[in-house]
Amino acid sequence: MRYLPLTDTDRSEMLAKIGAKSIDDLFVDVPAVAQLDGPIHDLPMHASEMAVERHMKARAAKNLAAGDAPFFLGAGAYRHHVPATVDTVIQRGEFLTAYTPYQPEIAQGTLQMLFEFQTQVARLYGCAVANASLYDGSTACWEAVAMATRVTKRKRAVLSGSLHPHYAQVVKTMAQFTGDEIADAQPAITPEVDLDGLIARIDEDTACVVVQYPDILGRVCDLSKVAEAAHEKGALLVAVNTEPVALGALKSPGEMGADIVVGEGQSIGVGLQFGGPYLGLFAVRDPKHVRQMPGRLCGETVDAAGRRGFVLTLSTREQHIRREKATSNICTNSGLCALAFNVHMTLLGEKGLRELAAENHRLACLAADRLAKVPGVEVLNNSFFNEFTLMLGGKPAREIVRDLADRGVLGGVSLGRLYPGVEALEHALLVAVTEMTTEEDIETLASELETLVKETD
Amino acid sequence: MPRYFTDEHEWIDVEGDSATVGITEYAQDQLGDIVFVELPTVGDTVEKGKEAAVVESVKAASDVYAPISGEVTEINSTLEDEPGLVNSSPEEDGWFFRVNVSDEGEFEGLMDEDAYKEFLANL
Repeated sequence: MRYLPLTDTDRSEMLAKIGAKSIDDLFVDVPAVAQLDGPIHDLPMHASEMAVERHMKARAAKNLAAGDAPFFLGAGAYRHHVPATVDTVIQRGEFLTAYTPYQPEIAQGTLQMLFEFQTQVARLYGCAVANASLYDGSTACWEAVAMATRVTKRKRAVLSGSLHPHYAQVVKTMAQFTGDEIADAQPAITPEVDLDGLIARIDEDTACVVVQYPDILGRVCDLSKVAEAAHEKGALLVAVNTEPVALGALKSPGEMGADIVVGEGQSIGVGLQFGGPYLGLFAVRDPKHVRQMPGRLCGETVDAAGRRGFVLTLSTREQHIRREKATSNICTNSGLCALAFNVHMTLLGEKGLRELAAENHRLACLAADRLAKVPGVEVLNNSFFNEFTLMLGGKPAREIVRDLADRGVLGGVSLGRLYPGVEALEHALLVAVTEMTTEEDIETLASELETLVKETD
Repeated sequence: MPRYFTDEHEWIDVEGDSATVGITEYAQDQLGDIVFVELPTVGDTVEKGKEAAVVESVKAASDVYAPISGEVTEINSTLEDEPGLVNSSPEEDGWFFRVNVSDEGEFEGLMDEDAYKEFLANL
């Protein structure tokens, strides 16, 4: 890459051209308090490469990384094994450099990949059509709400209390700008999902009901009843899934009558990566809703010579064509993450996905049984896939998580952290188990919890 | 039955106090294969010169403007399943919607067939 220095002459020529006296003139709109008036605090002006490397290594060593300790964190991001083949394939130049296809037909490999990806997502979700793809699970959740308001021409979304609070937050943030009314609630700390309570909140003004499956506490329930209740009132059911591996074992939301199914695809093919980039999945059950979907769709066709080919069939709702009337401005198709999902899913196959799901569930059952035996610890859930909620005695879960980390165990996500200020949730700990969890890891968590909960009683 | 045209390539047939709206042969030819038509809802009020429908071809979405103001009394729901009708029969079977005429004064400024032909010739 060529490095083009910016000389004082370049700078003054550019400033003269736009009629500014100095660089500072370009920042007049920024309040003085927000402007840096000297070197960055405590940062030396220069250091050797070796010194920087040493410094950064020392800092990195303070991390307790997912792979270095028994790991039980989930809550929307899961640690699964990603086969080495996935990384090798996605780094091939043909894929890695073919960015979002705006001149799509020349990128046949990318289009074929997206077509296969859509097929996988649609089948996983029990839906007719999936798009390719969205930014992440939470923004996909908002897109589903926005789509429901377009379909029903209503402006009110009812969010289940057990929808991931970050997802609910994204929906509420976006709704500030569209004027949609979002009704949300706190989760009820009960062994079963309170579906009747949710159903009671649906009325004739409701555009959609949004329910997570499995939910934020890890509980699994049959969504058919909510789907029926929503449809009776002319509303749509949006089902949110944050752990796609679960759908290798559970009935899909589409089969239970969900109209729009969205979620996070990180679990398959995409690592934890300190929180991103992730992958939003989006599918609709009824093909007649396809026109109201955000994002783009790839289709299979034949060229003039009758050869099989792939095209961007539906992208007319996007901003580069429809400008200000775009259905959505979420043009970030997470292409590379979608490819990783596609490759991993292909390696697994249907049977592999089922086996992976079974293994996740088996280990989670072992963990739940073992942890339930710890005095002062109670498993809340009547049902779960690979994640469940523990009610802890003694100190708030947040502090216990910190103590566990000091003892070299990444023990889970405290619900108090996800719902700051909600007292009822302060003693709840969300524990996720995957095929990466060993029986020794489970034993370590159980024995450390035993000591910690006893200490604080 | 008088037929009028707009410079945005919509046509309008007026019969009593009912007016039928569609897009012209020229417009469909310019758009290419039409894959979707978004129609107003019966009961909507459209305003002269404002967007009333949208036609989508494979790589573009274009607005269709109401040639006159009024309440939508009927839509051509066949287009939902057969948007290609707009290509094959733009000025007959491929009509978009009907409105009740609220202000005949709005016909002023619209072109008749000869004027529209001349308008096209000068494009």
